[in-house]
Amino acid sequence: MTSEQIDLAPSRRKGAAGEVVLEVSNLDVTFPSGDGPVRAVRGVDYTLHRGEVLGIVGESGSGKSVTSMAVMRLLPTTAKVTGEVRFDGRNLLELSESEMTRVRGSKIAMIFQDPMTSLNPVYTVGAQIAEAVRAHHDVSKAAALDRAVQLLDKVRIPNARDRASSFPHELSGGMRQRVVIAIAMANDPDVIIADEPTTALDVTVQAQILDALKAAQQETGAAMVLITHDLGVIAGQADRVMVMYAGKPVEIGTAEDVFYTPRMPYSLGLLGSLPRMDRPSERLTPIPGSPPSVVNMPPGCPFGPRCPKHTEVCDETEPELRATTSATHLAACHHAEALVGAEAEDVFDTEVADHDALAQLAEETP
Amino acid sequence: MPETLVKSPDREFTVEERSQAQLVFRRFLQHRAAVVSLCVFVVLILLAYVGGWLWKYDAGQYTPDNSVPPSWDHPFGTDSAGRDQFAQVLRGTRISLQVSVSVAILATLVGTLWGSVAGYFGGWVDTLMMRISDLVLTLPLIAVAAMLAHNFGGSWYLIALVIAALYWAYVSRVARGVVLSLREKEFVEAAKALGASDTRIILRHLVPNALGSILVNLTILVALAILLETSLSYLGFGVTPPDTSLGLLVSEAQTALTTRPWLFYFPGLFIIIIALTINFIGDGLRDAFDPQQTKVRQ
Amino acid sequence: MSEPLLSVRNVVKHFPIRSKGLVRRQIGAVQAVSDVSFELAEGETLGLVGESGCGKSTTARVVLNLIPATSGQVLYKGRELTGISRGGMRELRRELQIVFQDPYASLDPRMPVNEIIAEPLRIHGLYADGGREQVRTLMQTVGLKPEHGNRYAHEFSGGQRQRIGIARALALRPKLLVLDEPVSALDVSIQAGVLNLLDELQSELGLSYLFVSHDLSVVRHIADRIAVMYLGQIVETGTSEQLFTAPAHPYTQALISAIPLPDPRKERARERITVVGDLPSPANPPSGCRFRTRCPKFANELTSEQQTRCVEQPPELVDRGDGHPSSCHYAESRALL
Repeated sequence: MTSEQIDLAPSRRKGAAGEVVLEVSNLDVTFPSGDGPVRAVRGVDYTLHRGEVLGIVGESGSGKSVTSMAVMRLLPTTAKVTGEVRFDGRNLLELSESEMTRVRGSKIAMIFQDPMTSLNPVYTVGAQIAEAVRAHHDVSKAAALDRAVQLLDKVRIPNARDRASSFPHELSGGMRQRVVIAIAMANDPDVIIADEPTTALDVTVQAQILDALKAAQQETGAAMVLITHDLGVIAGQADRVMVMYAGKPVEIGTAEDVFYTPRMPYSLGLLGSLPRMDRPSERLTPIPGSPPSVVNMPPGCPFGPRCPKHTEVCDETEPELRATTSATHLAACHHAEALVGAEAEDVFDTEVADHDALAQLAEETP
Repeated sequence: MPETLVKSPDREFTVEERSQAQLVFRRFLQHRAAVVSLCVFVVLILLAYVGGWLWKYDAGQYTPDNSVPPSWDHPFGTDSAGRDQFAQVLRGTRISLQVSVSVAILATLVGTLWGSVAGYFGGWVDTLMMRISDLVLTLPLIAVAAMLAHNFGGSWYLIALVIAALYWAYVSRVARGVVLSLREKEFVEAAKALGASDTRIILRHLVPNALGSILVNLTILVALAILLETSLSYLGFGVTPPDTSLGLLVSEAQTALTTRPWLFYFPGLFIIIIALTINFIGDGLRDAFDPQQTKVRQ
Repeated sequence: MSEPLLSVRNVVKHFPIRSKGLVRRQIGAVQAVSDVSFELAEGETLGLVGESGCGKSTTARVVLNLIPATSGQVLYKGRELTGISRGGMRELRRELQIVFQDPYASLDPRMPVNEIIAEPLRIHGLYADGGREQVRTLMQTVGLKPEHGNRYAHEFSGGQRQRIGIARALALRPKLLVLDEPVSALDVSIQAGVLNLLDELQSELGLSYLFVSHDLSVVRHIADRIAVMYLGQIVETGTSEQLFTAPAHPYTQALISAIPLPDPRKERARERITVVGDLPSPANPPSGCRFRTRCPKFANELTSEQQTRCVEQPPELVDRGDGHPSSCHYAESRALL
């Protein structure tokens, strides 16, 4: 141990809990494609408060990942991004590339599904964490390395001191993801954006990573945006939940609001689609059809074609987010009130096979 | 369920139906150099096959103008015997194209089958077949081709046969590589689980999926064959008079390089144009067949 | 009890690890499946669960004779599949079919959907006209529009592609379907549709399912009985009800407690049993009990004499008073949900 000690508490005085740290308004992302412009994100608004975990949930193609890539300015240059991303009193979309580089990593840390995207394969993990430490504290290399070992220990890597001298390729996927989290902690960020951080991992390892993430968030006092398709992960981790569909938020509220009293048929259908481990088997309520293609999107509610509550007004105007059960629980549905007290099986059909065809098939034998 | 439920039109496919071929064609169109090359190449073919008919001079015809430089009457000039060089180049292009396209098709057919069988079965079959391919690849190409052509050569199809007999081994390596990766794909396993025979798997699944890479390779083979034919004819082992080819024309003109440079430069230019355009077309095809390429080029 | 439809007895599958170079000596083996036995009755669904690398997919492929077993037997209706002739297996393929995990990779990108679904009929020479009517019925059955038959697989969504895969597997009217992670590549709302479809097909057509999955929630939903695999071995097996209400093996317990519940209050109040570390290499599995290196019970509750037993003696898969078999010397059922 060296005599130098690094203060484990956050290096800079952070504001009070509840203060807004990140504010995204009117975010739009469009990609060109051979079939016409792809509107991947269509007007996303959210605020992130200090210390909270905002879960963004949605299926593939809902725009949940593109939203955060746009916030971090990590999209290819062909993407057209408009709107505003307020952080630290500045609009991130207007910063120069070099200013943005300073924000990325130090003030906003990003954790990807594949940890290899953020680790350098030619340096040991200890060196990479130590480098992050030295970027923020004026300490000797040895002290920084000690801090790196401490951080590895915090994300529960066994034999942290030995592991610090490993190269990324010598570690398992779960270990690597923990190293990425340790780097994020070393940077002492205000915001951590975790994009499907556990999707590539087995469940037992996922549980370990979620613990490590929680530790990182509490240690740094950062706010977290947790993007995932797994409603279970959201239920366990998120304070507030934003459900996205076809590039737009369709429901926002506390975890309790969204899970117990969903006011958007899509959220309801999603919850009814999940097989539950804690109950004996019951019929699932799949949502018919598939998400709309974001090329040539028809007017009206994008969920309309799949929605059993669908009426003519849904074809004409796309519903805006509006308050439902409380001022903080918003849903984008013309018929939100009709969902009061409704269970998924009351709204969605559980039959999927064509029974005439099935009977015919059962009759003939080739 | 509400009464007002309107049966929505078929919204499952908002993008219009397109066959694989249409997709490939669309993507090809986005490769500008390839499209330009294709146009140039088509013009060249038209010139060689139709232009020769329409042109006022015949390739074998002796005109009274000996050794004139390029003019309106003789755009590529004439040689010392008074033959119109433009007509000569057109005929040379025709023969050279015939040779190279035949080589490409022949070598591709044999090589693809050889490589697919080796790659699909693996094990000792693969080892044996690929050692044979390797053996062919180790032969000093020009020397063996020259020797073979010298003994059997003369007419263009024999030259094509000789070159193809050496080039199929290249194709077999490419085909084997593609098949090796395709073999591990789940749809091949699915076919096996259905009880499909090996022949069916190779012909119905592996070859159609390898077609993209094989076609790309075929274009490159055309360019390679045209260069090898040129070298052989230049060395005197290829096409022999009264037939002619671009290589032979270059060879005949080498003594006139300083006195009548046009005799040398025009056939040379044609060789370069053919090789270049075919390479670009191959490039475009490669991009077009790459299913990863769904976005427009940046 | 009547004869089971499928019985798997002591199946072992080792993949050789070879040295590089010309000679390619065998220098070891990945023990993908080590002595696995189970039975499947007609009309029943057996869930084979485990994390990646536990050998569940390899087991499924051995059952279908897509890869040969190193040792052990697979019996279908009492007939041995291991070492059967090619022609014999071809006949049996009509009764044993598989649906793959990846709906993108398991459909030939160069074939229109009609052709894909008709392929099994052609291979087995059924229907002179290529079964055009049959393909229509199959497409309707799985919820696809027959008009879309001329389109290529890449034009369909993941869920639709998986339905194409199911239609293809059903074309020969099999008795046993091996479902290898059929829904894990799909979005939740789509996954539910495929699961319900499988339910309906089973009750209408009397199919038996061997359902391979890493997702315990899905398995609880669909399976009658479950076998939990770890590092090439079955560690616990029982009815769905037994396994979820009274899991006895520490690995099953850890697995159940690691899966997050989509219910915020329950999820935050749950008891957690966590395992440490990562999966050991299947080329060099731990001695004795294969789970001991990550076992929370081994690490926290056992005395050193008890631990010695775990290190030296591989536990057998037998009922240890929990009403269903588990392979832990110190099995003890716990309620976790």
